[in-house]
Parts: sequence; C-alpha cells; structure tokens
Amino acid sequence: MITKKETDIPPSEITDEGLYLNRREFIAAAAALVVTGAAPDLFAREGDADPKFKVGKRGAYAGGEKTTPILDATHYNNFYEFSTEKEDVAERSKNFRTRPWTVSVEGHVNKPKVYDIDEIMKMFPLEERIYRFRCVEGWSMVIPWVGFPLGDFMKRCEPTSNAKFVEFMTLKDQKQMPGQTRNVLDWPYVEGLRLDEALNPLAMLTVGMYGKVLPNQNGAPLRLVVPWKYGFKNIKSIVRIRFVEQMPISAWMKANPGEYGFYSNVNPEVDHPRWSQARERRIGEIAKRKTLMFNGYGEQVAHMYEGMDLRKYF
Amino acid sequence: MRFADRLKIVFCIICLMPVSWLVFLAFTLGLGANPIEKVIHTTGDWALNFLLLTLTITPLCSLTGWSWPAKLRKISGIFSFLYAGLHFITYVVLDQGLSWSAISDDVIKHKRIAVGFGSLLLLVPPAVTSTSSMKRLLGYDRWKNLQSTVYAAAVGGAVHYLWLVKKDTRRPLAYVVVLFILFGYRALAYLLKQRKKRRVTLSDGNS
Repeated sequence: MITKKETDIPPSEITDEGLYLNRREFIAAAAALVVTGAAPDLFAREGDADPKFKVGKRGAYAGGEKTTPILDATHYNNFYEFSTEKEDVAERSKNFRTRPWTVSVEGHVNKPKVYDIDEIMKMFPLEERIYRFRCVEGWSMVIPWVGFPLGDFMKRCEPTSNAKFVEFMTLKDQKQMPGQTRNVLDWPYVEGLRLDEALNPLAMLTVGMYGKVLPNQNGAPLRLVVPWKYGFKNIKSIVRIRFVEQMPISAWMKANPGEYGFYSNVNPEVDHPRWSQARERRIGEIAKRKTLMFNGYGEQVAHMYEGMDLRKYF
Repeated sequence: MRFADRLKIVFCIICLMPVSWLVFLAFTLGLGANPIEKVIHTTGDWALNFLLLTLTITPLCSLTGWSWPAKLRKISGIFSFLYAGLHFITYVVLDQGLSWSAISDDVIKHKRIAVGFGSLLLLVPPAVTSTSSMKRLLGYDRWKNLQSTVYAAAVGGAVHYLWLVKKDTRRPLAYVVVLFILFGYRALAYLLKQRKKRRVTLSDGNS
C-alpha cells in the first residue's frame, strides 16, 4: 500500500514563491526578535510563519498545484456556527476565543483523557501537507495545512476492539458562535469516520495553515482534514473525540439524509441531488475542471471502499 | 420634462445600480474568492427582486390610491428580465464555459436548473410584448394573457432559489412569503369583485 507520496519538489516550488520567501525571511527575523525579546504581536501578521511552529516534514499531496491565495482561503468559509454567508465568517469569528481549550477523548479507549490544546500541539512533530480541498458546493482550493496524522493521535488513545468509528464534535457555545442561535443545523456539529478511515495516513488533525496558527474562521484551534472527502467532513473547532461502536450520525446526515451520507467521499459520478459533482471551480480560476475520484487520492484510499456500492454509500 | 419622465429616468438609474456595483467591484476591490458565483447570485437576486416589485405595483396602487408607481411597472419588469438574462448568460458563458453538453446535462438532471431555465423563458413573452405598440397590435385580452406568465416565472424563480441553498432557506423563503401575500391579495380582490358583481346583478333583478 502506498501510504505517502513524498515528492522531491522543494517547498519553494509548491508554495507561492513570494509567500515562501517571506516565510523564510520571517523565520530569520523572528529568530532575531526572539533573541532580542521584541514585541510578540509582530508575529501575528497574516501569512507569516508562526514562531510556535516548528514544521518538520513538508509534503506536497496536490500534484505540485499552486496553493490558493491565503486571502481567499481565509475569507470564503463555510462555518455555519458563525454565519451561513461564506464571506461573513471571518468577521463574525474574529473574537472567538480558542484558549483555554480542551479536547476530551472518550468512549471505547484505554486512555480516556481531557487534553489541553497546547499539549496536543506539542505531542507530535508538526508537518506541512499541501492538500486539495473540495467543497460539496462545487468549488475547491489547495491548502498547505500544518498538523499531524490523526492515526498517531489515535494510537495514543489506545482504542479497544469495540471502537468501530470515531465521532468528532465541535464546540457548542451560543455566546461565541452566533450562528448557533438559529436551528440551521442540530448543534453541536458532529462528524464521524470509520476507524480505518481515521487511521488512513492521509487523515490529519490540523492546528495551522500557510505556516501559521489556524485562523478562527478555518476551524481553530483543532480541525480534522480528510482530503478525499467533501469539505464538510473536515470538522472544525473540535472539543470531543469519541470512539464508538455504532456509526455516528453527522450533523448534515441529520439535516438532510437524502442529500448527505456518512461517507461523503468526493465522487464525480454521484451527483448531489440538486447539482452536478462532475466538475469544480478551483478558487482563482475561471473555467471549471473535472473533479477527480476521491479528490485525486484514490491510490491512498480507494482500497478502503472496495466492493462497496458508492452510489448507495454516498 | 414631465414629472413622469423624470420619475422613469430616476428609476432606471436605480435599476442599473446593482449591475453597476458589480462592475465597480470587478475593477476595484474585486468580487471575492468566487467572482463568478457572486455575479450569478447577485444577478439572480435582482431578477427576483424586480419581478416581485413588478407584481407589487398594482396592489400598491389600488391600496394607496397612488397612480405614479404604475408608470414604473413596465421598467421594473424589463429590468427583471434583463437581470435574469445576465444571470443566464453568466451561467452559460462563465460558469459552464459554453459547454453545451454540460448545460443540457444540468437542465435534464437537475430540476432546479430546468425550473430556472423555464422561468427565464416565461419572462420572454411579457418582455417582448411590453411596448404599447405590441399592446395595440395584440389587443388587450391577448396581451394581458401573455403578460400573466410573469406569475409563473416568479414562482419558478423563487423555487429555483429555494432549491439552490443547502440549509439556510431564510432568503428564498422570504420571496415565497412575499409571493403568497401578492397572490393572496389578488385572490381576495378577485373574490370581492365577484361578490360585488353578483350583488349588482341580484339587486338589478330585484328592482
């Protein structure tokens, strides 16, 4: 099984060159500042590397495609907890507090535990992975995520043999998340993966993107990234990870079971009942491109669905 | 210049504002991460806004006794058609890249697209026959029949929008509610008129 496609392409060729150079310069500058003890808010500039991150491995998993401009990736977001308008999420989420933050690991595990987010951020070496991101609405991006394999985290939790699925839950806090005052979805947002899907080396828990801490609108402080599935499976602002025996009912399955299934794998052959999934618009491009089976990650994930009728299990 | 003409010019300028705003954004701040989607959504919104405004003018006149809004009905209807046309052209040219196979697939497979397309077609006869010479040529009854397809187009347009959204149906439902009120008003007005007529005939018979 091919689990990883580490390419020889240096990050300078994958990442937007200007951004890359900035990042390099910034790391140097940041190092100098740390030595001299200068103001920490200098670090908060958008697009700059975060000094808290020591990103080790860098991998391009999007065939060398250019990353989406950070401004688009941070100002065109589906995050119904804040707004159902994609362009309003950044503004509505700007005061969202991601500290203190805990993530509770529960269910069929030998090591249930309530983790502090800062502990999670130090548990594993952080790596950057550039993934394609395909929204169920028909648009897509290419995003350099920073995080670690979900499987590494799960192994620490020691799931028991009863654990067949992993269920993720987003924070529910009406005071901070104005979208939750309306019953657009049945809050809190819930997502789930089959255990083998969660252990697939492509599945990531992310804490950053574009070399810096995850912006609030992109799911800070902890977000799931499963690039072969539609965007809504990539649950944001996670507070609970539960190992369960029964298939979890996700928020979108509950909202409309005829339109959203548990698997939600990117599949150009199975249309959404109300629109085509055959093509997608890459943000920044005019002409649509063909959507790839499993979002182009078939080599790494197709084996998990062998023999399954993907029209039935959409 | 007569008051009515000045009123029409001012209203035309107002009607051109949404498209002017899009053009302005395109050349300055930009149309956001997904410009084509923004153009499609904005033109679609305004096609529906002007269509509903067109249908509101007659009840508005009869409820208030004003006559000036009636002078703007035709312009409002034509702008609805123009925005619907822009919406359609953006979809065909920019969104689908003139791929006829993709478009026909979309129309056949997805009722939302079929309904939207049908609604645009329903706007063609009233738009084409909107001139006073056409009205004279067709005769009032036939002309009136052709104009009445706007009701079906409005319902189709609202449904087309309702079927687009994933979950937050507030805005499309707002259009549906306005349509219900407008249809309700017309039904009520029709019933009252019938009753009045009956009463008149009854009293005629008694006298």
